[in-house]
Amino acid sequence: MPKVSPVKTPVREQSPEERIHNFNEVPFGYSPEEAIFEAKRCLQCKKPKCMEGCPVEIDIPGFIGQIAEGNFIEAVRIMKNKNSLPAICGRVCPQEEQCEKYCLLGKMGEPVAIGRLERFIADWEAKQGKIEMPEIAPSTGKKIAIIGSGPAGLTVAGDLIKLGHKVVVFEALHKPGGVLIYGIPEFRLPKAIVGREVDYIKKMGVELVLSYVVGKLKTVDELLEEFDAVFVGTGAGLPWFMFLPGENYNGVYSANEYLTRSNLMKAYLFPEYDTPIIRGKRVAIIGGGNVAMDSARTALRLGAKHSMIIYRRSKVEMPARNEEIEHAEKEGVEFHFLTNPIAYHADKDGWVREMECIRMELGEPDKSGRRRPIPINNSNFRTPVDVVVVAIGNSPNPLIPSTTPGLEMGKRENVVVDEATGKTSKERVWAGGDIATGAATVILAMGAGKVAARSIHEYLQTGKW
Amino acid sequence: MNKILRKVVLAPDIKLFEIETPSIAEKVQPGQFVIIKTHEKGERFPLTVADVNPQNHSITIVFQEVGKSSTYLGTFKEGEEILDVVGPLGKASEIELFGTVVCVGGGIGVAPIYPILKALKAKGNKIISIIGAKNKSLLILEDEIRKASDELYITTDDGSYGKKGFVSNELTRLIKDGIEINHVVAIGPPIMMKVVTDVTRPYKIKTIVSLNSIMVDGTGMCGACRVEIDGKTKFACVDGPEFDGHLVNFDLLMNRLNIYLKEEKTSLENFKNENSNCCKNKNC
Repeated sequence: MPKVSPVKTPVREQSPEERIHNFNEVPFGYSPEEAIFEAKRCLQCKKPKCMEGCPVEIDIPGFIGQIAEGNFIEAVRIMKNKNSLPAICGRVCPQEEQCEKYCLLGKMGEPVAIGRLERFIADWEAKQGKIEMPEIAPSTGKKIAIIGSGPAGLTVAGDLIKLGHKVVVFEALHKPGGVLIYGIPEFRLPKAIVGREVDYIKKMGVELVLSYVVGKLKTVDELLEEFDAVFVGTGAGLPWFMFLPGENYNGVYSANEYLTRSNLMKAYLFPEYDTPIIRGKRVAIIGGGNVAMDSARTALRLGAKHSMIIYRRSKVEMPARNEEIEHAEKEGVEFHFLTNPIAYHADKDGWVREMECIRMELGEPDKSGRRRPIPINNSNFRTPVDVVVVAIGNSPNPLIPSTTPGLEMGKRENVVVDEATGKTSKERVWAGGDIATGAATVILAMGAGKVAARSIHEYLQTGKW
Repeated sequence: MNKILRKVVLAPDIKLFEIETPSIAEKVQPGQFVIIKTHEKGERFPLTVADVNPQNHSITIVFQEVGKSSTYLGTFKEGEEILDVVGPLGKASEIELFGTVVCVGGGIGVAPIYPILKALKAKGNKIISIIGAKNKSLLILEDEIRKASDELYITTDDGSYGKKGFVSNELTRLIKDGIEINHVVAIGPPIMMKVVTDVTRPYKIKTIVSLNSIMVDGTGMCGACRVEIDGKTKFACVDGPEFDGHLVNFDLLMNRLNIYLKEEKTSLENFKNENSNCCKNKNC
């Protein structure tokens, strides 16, 4: 057996100089040869640790083994057995904290590039033009309503339709996908891929109702009259602001608005598309998470000369994935650590023109375990800006909780669920994803969807809550 | 879905549509709005619902063609379907027995005030309506408002119909005449609503206004519609669109309505150019 390469097979990607001028995806993905080469690095452990790190329980050595043999169609089948959205997971999962973190190869060198292989196999299938359909169980006559077509809702839909249940997904926006379509930028997750995965769910028989706001049209209680079970996956759709002086000046956006305009409404293609967006030259992004990185990189592509991350702690405390930070750094995003905005200043027409910041230092660790940022007295300074994007987080959307009596809510305005089942305090109602956890990741929402789907199926069979 | 059952040209550039939307028609209440997207590449924009028609399961919207999106909407014909209509969104108006209520509608704002006025009337309030427009040809829904009100006063900026002047002048006159007013609802251009709230403030007459902020999703997700109420940031889409007018920062509202003026102009010019070409080529 040839010696295993200690590093991942590199993936070709657009150069930073080139990609900041377009919204195309950054990595090109593996060729079949590269994928086979990478798959052969897998040790095929008898007790695969990688699977313990996967919230949706994919048979990882199984599908990688098939790739290594060049048996791509079989790899697709294994993958789709557990995961209805592989092209998305292969792109946006934080594999370094999940499957790849546990890979034995990672102890000596780099782990197997599981994420890249997952993406390869999903893209390969799409390129064949023939989509492998799973077996659908005979109809059970049971009906499930799913509220929200984001990663949690789509996962529940995909799992339950296979089991023979009737599934209807209600989506408030005019396009399905939730955060996959409005939040994550095209250059990280092309919208055509989201469309492809949604089509697959539809082909399995899931009914999708768009532009339907549950709570304003039918309430959860009214849905319960028609459906045997309801799953709430409405996400963390309420943007936080800092309530600083001047935060409502023209040019100050929430990250949700900035990204929704660009992604869902395609404002980067204005005036071909009708939705406008302000193309700033000096753009400040407040926050240090993945959404902040997405916003900063979007700003560059919209023509910013300076796209600046303003983060109150230091680099090590940043919640963003390393890969996202590296991409942003390579593209020329400027990082201002230990800096926090305290006010915005405008011109006479109410347009933001300057940001006033204060320097911070790190004190003792806080509840999150990270060192607490403390303002340094008299360290205020001003810097010119023409667009500000506030990316400091989101709360769960209150629309369903406020219209659903009997739904127990947690301290962070989240819906309280039993982690093992996804059950809420209200009979026949399940919830999962950001509405239950607060803002988290796509794959955790999918994992919660899997858990809830299993529990819903069990309930529909036994009738026991 | 979303079929236009009736189209009426109310005034130059002001159109009324009855749109077949059974699920919205069943649930919508006075004061609520819908968000419309006319075509695949179109933008999402809010319109307050102007009436519900149970007999044909439709809602009525009234709009003025100012930018591309509203102009595009105006090109739809009876029988055609609008791509996306989502709603009802926002909170419903507070419909209580106040006593004497003055409903002030300016320009296109006369339309959204109509269902609120009817509901307030049905609740037993005495309704004094004041409606106004720039000139006679732009005055809309006069007959409907007259039928639903106990008294009606009309103003036009140029004096071409009713009294010359602004709706706020008539409101001032009523107050000066010693009429006891318990509640005011004012809907129209921000500057009109601002002036009306200035008129009622010294007399401490509660004055409800409906804010027409720029919106994207309309469900509280984006924050484009931020308004300042009593110094606090609120979202017009979920906390409103109606607020206590005496607490609204109207200057901020007017600034924020100007964010995309330049882009709106570009869009409209492109649209008009494309359309004139289309007409030349197709002789339509």
